Amino acid sequence: MWTQIVFGVCAAGSVATGVAVFRVDSMARATFALLASFLFAAGTILLLNLAYLGVLVVLMMIMEMVVMVVFMLMYMMNPAGLTPMTMVHNQKGSLAIAGGVFAALAACIFLVPWPTSGQPRPADPTRALGEALMGSKMLVMMVLGLCLFATMVATVVLATHRGRYDRYGDALRAKRPDDPVRGGLDR
Amino acid sequence: MTLQEYLLLAAALFSVGLYGALSQQSIVMIMMGLELMANAVIVGGAAFWYFASPARPDGQVVVLVAVTLMAVDMAIGFAVTTAIFRRRDIDVTDSAADLKG
Amino acid sequence: MVDQLPWWGGLLLPVVLMALAGLTASWDAVLRDRASGGPVRLAVTLPLRQAGGLLVQQRRQTVAADVLLGRGGALALLVAAVLASLVTPLGRWAVADLSIGIVWFNAMEVVAWAAVWLVGWGANSAYGLVGGYRFIAQGLAYELPHMFALITAALGAGSLRVADVVAAQSSVWFVVWMPVAFVVYLLSVLAMSFWGPFDQPVGADAAGGAAAELSGVDRLVFTAARWLLLTSGAAFAVPLFLGGGSGPLLPAWLWSLVKTLAVLALLVWVKRRIPTLRMERYQEIAWVVLIPLTLVQALVVAVVVLAR
Repeated sequence: MWTQIVFGVCAAGSVATGVAVFRVDSMARATFALLASFLFAAGTILLLNLAYLGVLVVLMMIMEMVVMVVFMLMYMMNPAGLTPMTMVHNQKGSLAIAGGVFAALAACIFLVPWPTSGQPRPADPTRALGEALMGSKMLVMMVLGLCLFATMVATVVLATHRGRYDRYGDALRAKRPDDPVRGGLDR
Repeated sequence: MTLQEYLLLAAALFSVGLYGALSQQSIVMIMMGLELMANAVIVGGAAFWYFASPARPDGQVVVLVAVTLMAVDMAIGFAVTTAIFRRRDIDVTDSAADLKG
Repeated sequence: MVDQLPWWGGLLLPVVLMALAGLTASWDAVLRDRASGGPVRLAVTLPLRQAGGLLVQQRRQTVAADVLLGRGGALALLVAAVLASLVTPLGRWAVADLSIGIVWFNAMEVVAWAAVWLVGWGANSAYGLVGGYRFIAQGLAYELPHMFALITAALGAGSLRVADVVAAQSSVWFVVWMPVAFVVYLLSVLAMSFWGPFDQPVGADAAGGAAAELSGVDRLVFTAARWLLLTSGAAFAVPLFLGGGSGPLLPAWLWSLVKTLAVLALLVWVKRRIPTLRMERYQEIAWVVLIPLTLVQALVVAVVVLAR
């Protein structure tokens, strides 16, 4: 019974803070409302005996929301929420579409006869996940690794405003760069 | 704690994220909506693993892929936003409609 | 093996952590007074007197401060610092021996990354924001080497459970055959509690940085959280790299305490000896030197584990 109560609290909290993301005026509070939504969702995952994935979601979401808050404050015009504002377009249409999608999904959820599994649950899902990722699902691991690397390269290429001329000055073929922003290794 | 309850939570999170992604003007707020949708995928994947196929690790792999996807889409989204802002000093999607029509 | 304490262990945990943090703060004050040539007797009780003074000090409020996020951040920092030691065994007893103990510690100290920014944001002050952003930049530098160091220790033991890591060091401590991971872990403990060479987030050149507008109870909570984070990080180094409670003659819990205090004394001494590093310098060192080093260390450990 306790799991049912905890699940109810976590589910209601997750949806409520998710709605609050688009209702609050302060952008910093919106970002941390999104973090709260993720933390509640991670709570529901922990109830499924997925300890590793739950704590992993908590860890990654905190880090991602900190990065997101940096960009939210950079680009949004009302970071502290000191004046009320709404920046939406086509609000009624979006509400209609979102509501329709939720109604359709809820209908599917209650009408579809979901399969149940009679097999016993593994005692250590973390070990099962690890063995799968290193064994039968190795392709997923490699693709994720390549994808992350490509993302890092693409992000830096898109976002950096310094190029070769900033680092080397005019002597592009010099052995050591002449960077005015000195790093720890004096490169 | 049944599969239907978990899927209902996932559907609710997905709908809230969809509303955000469709209605918000600023690029970073659209990305918040996308993150909520990926959150729904995470909850749904975990629920399907636990109730429908706990013997296979496929559901957990879906959750892992969704978490990586969130990180990747955030990174690229912010890089694109930074690039557009540096070029044109805008941060709303209505002003970046060059490919429309 | 590590036994789990009953429910009152959770109440005992913050008390033990506060006692260790208080001892370390006294040691830091003694070092400072010895360096400046003042009397040492007063320095030993300095942390208690400072705490009392901050408790009675009036809280300062700034205009349009974000009280919810600011105080929430300080409270989150304090709670995360205590919860990070939930899995650390004191000799043979741990409060909660989670099956994913190492990931739990990592998650709790990542909370600090968000919490310090929140504290800097809450006061609606430019210096606070500067300190908060400095800590975010510092986090980008130390987080990846820190995670690789933790993964190396878990790899050596073949498990994420802290009890298994302690048991795997029954023959030889991890610090002997993964020294790079140990040094990188200590560096990241310094960086995560913005201590020593990494204290630019609360640096004097930004009027106190993230703690610029804190006063009274807020400042006490923030300072206590910073000390507790340092203590939690140092305490976690003991079961991960220094063999937990193993050692001759003394009981296991006493050895754990002795080793924790030794690591803390080392960290305090480092602060006294090395000046503050700028974050962009540490960024380059962390990404270009430390990450490849920790990856090579992990490779060496993996080869050893496979060859055993």
